[in-house]
Amino acid sequence: MNVPDLQALASVPGPAIRAVHDEFHGDLLEVSMGPHHPSTHGVFRMIVTLDGETVVKLKPVFGYLHRNHEKIGENTSYLASMPYTDRLDYFCSMTNNWAYALAVEKLAGQAVPDRAEYVRVILAELTRLLNHTCLAGFLLQDGGASGTPLMYAFREREKILDLFESLSGSRMMCNFQRFGGCRVDPDPAWLAAARTLADGYGRFLDEFERLLTGNEILMARTQGIGRLSPALAVGAGVTGPILRASGVDYDLRKVDGYGAYPRLKFRVPLGDHGDTYDRYMIRVLEMRESISLLQQALADLPAGPIMDPKAKLRGFRPKAGEAYGRIEGPKGEIGFYLISEGGPNPYRYRVRPPSLINLTILEDLCLGHSIADAVVILGSIDIVLGEVDR
Amino acid sequence: MESAEQIRERILAGVPGADISVLPNPAPSAQHSILLGPGRAREIAIFLRDAPGLKLDLCSNATGVDWPQHGYLEVVYHLYSVELKHGPVVIRQRTANRGDAVTLPSLTPVWRSCEFQEREIFDLFGVVFDGHPDLRRLLMWDEFKDHPMRKDYVEPDDFEWEPTPHGDVLAKARGHYPAAVPKEGPAP
Repeated sequence: MNVPDLQALASVPGPAIRAVHDEFHGDLLEVSMGPHHPSTHGVFRMIVTLDGETVVKLKPVFGYLHRNHEKIGENTSYLASMPYTDRLDYFCSMTNNWAYALAVEKLAGQAVPDRAEYVRVILAELTRLLNHTCLAGFLLQDGGASGTPLMYAFREREKILDLFESLSGSRMMCNFQRFGGCRVDPDPAWLAAARTLADGYGRFLDEFERLLTGNEILMARTQGIGRLSPALAVGAGVTGPILRASGVDYDLRKVDGYGAYPRLKFRVPLGDHGDTYDRYMIRVLEMRESISLLQQALADLPAGPIMDPKAKLRGFRPKAGEAYGRIEGPKGEIGFYLISEGGPNPYRYRVRPPSLINLTILEDLCLGHSIADAVVILGSIDIVLGEVDR
Repeated sequence: MESAEQIRERILAGVPGADISVLPNPAPSAQHSILLGPGRAREIAIFLRDAPGLKLDLCSNATGVDWPQHGYLEVVYHLYSVELKHGPVVIRQRTANRGDAVTLPSLTPVWRSCEFQEREIFDLFGVVFDGHPDLRRLLMWDEFKDHPMRKDYVEPDDFEWEPTPHGDVLAKARGHYPAAVPKEGPAP
């Protein structure tokens, strides 16, 4: 076994940075970008050191939206944490709910009926469509295409939010999954509306792609910008579409085979270059797969109960033990780690936030690029501050 | 995926004399964990990452747990393999006590994904990671003194400091720190 030099490993090499005050070359400029900058997608802040317009150092600063979500989780019962998970990544409350429900089901050994598994897939894929569409809109907004793509994206998002509202009663804070099933059984009218949306979404994507994919300005702004190597991506724990844009075949829907995914057919798109354009393209391709998944799940949806009849909602006390459950959220691997001591509250409640961990590589991607590109790179990473800061 | 016992055997073969034990998990998830003793944690981590047949190259989740009833803090890592598509392997480290400057070896040099997560554990639990390249608070501000995720954490009374404390704030402060709080009087 060849053990590398620990001392060398411990010092992570950075670029050589000259002194901030350098009389010959001129001064470096330290810019505090955020937390109120419109392109940082919320209250994210990065302290950027610039040489002219080139980024030579970038340090993210977190915590402006910190509310110690995990402590709240320890002080409330298992079920009462479910609505709090909506507030993590407020674009994707359905997948947050599912990840949490999955972790608790693992902890308690709770079974889930088939119909609920399919409904969960339908809602998760709708969430993926919603998230990726908005991401493409925001990415273009960050690139300077003021308004148009984002408005198209939000028009489509509104349709999905209407579906969520008619099913769960809330547009964004859905609070829908339960341990052992789902809260509401979708009626035939809702399923028909979902089918209409899934069948029509491809046409919207065609239109959207005609506007964006071959767009010269988008290509000039994103191709070759912010390359992420597969080795760095895996080492830094990057997951989700960003990892696959770098060409690493790792999709939890295939790897873990949770829910109804093993019974459905879909492909996992992979990128070649790992640059910002690939990260955009991966999302478009994933949306196409999501449409196909939606159509299959809606066609195969079995009849039966939506909740496991043995599921216990009140007085729920799992036996002592621990479990880590994770699913493939639209932003990456969202996981929940729970420790039970046999009480009504979890002893430890931990959220594995994909947005935060995907930001590990932000500095590596931005070094050497201009400050305007840093904005686009950040946009392609896809963060939501409710989840980053928790 | 091999069982935790088999992985323990492998580690003992790869890192002779390593101080490790298996902690069973009674929950239906059956995710048993491997406890790394003090000393050679980073060597074992490198072995787990590089050994053929294990290749645990993705450290997905790193977090802390406070156990005041046992008198230590615990750090838990969930490892997966992207290459071989298996996991999770759960490894844990325990501190000697629950003091203010308890140290554990950092695994950030092995898995870069621990960089922010270990900063968060340092911030919220107060475990100092030896060998971390940039150990600062992540979520709380730098001047903050305490570690909010510890079970015995008490929110300070000047949490939202007001220049002229009114009756409620003073009463609350008196309850926590009877000696330190001055008598109520006209605001300075």
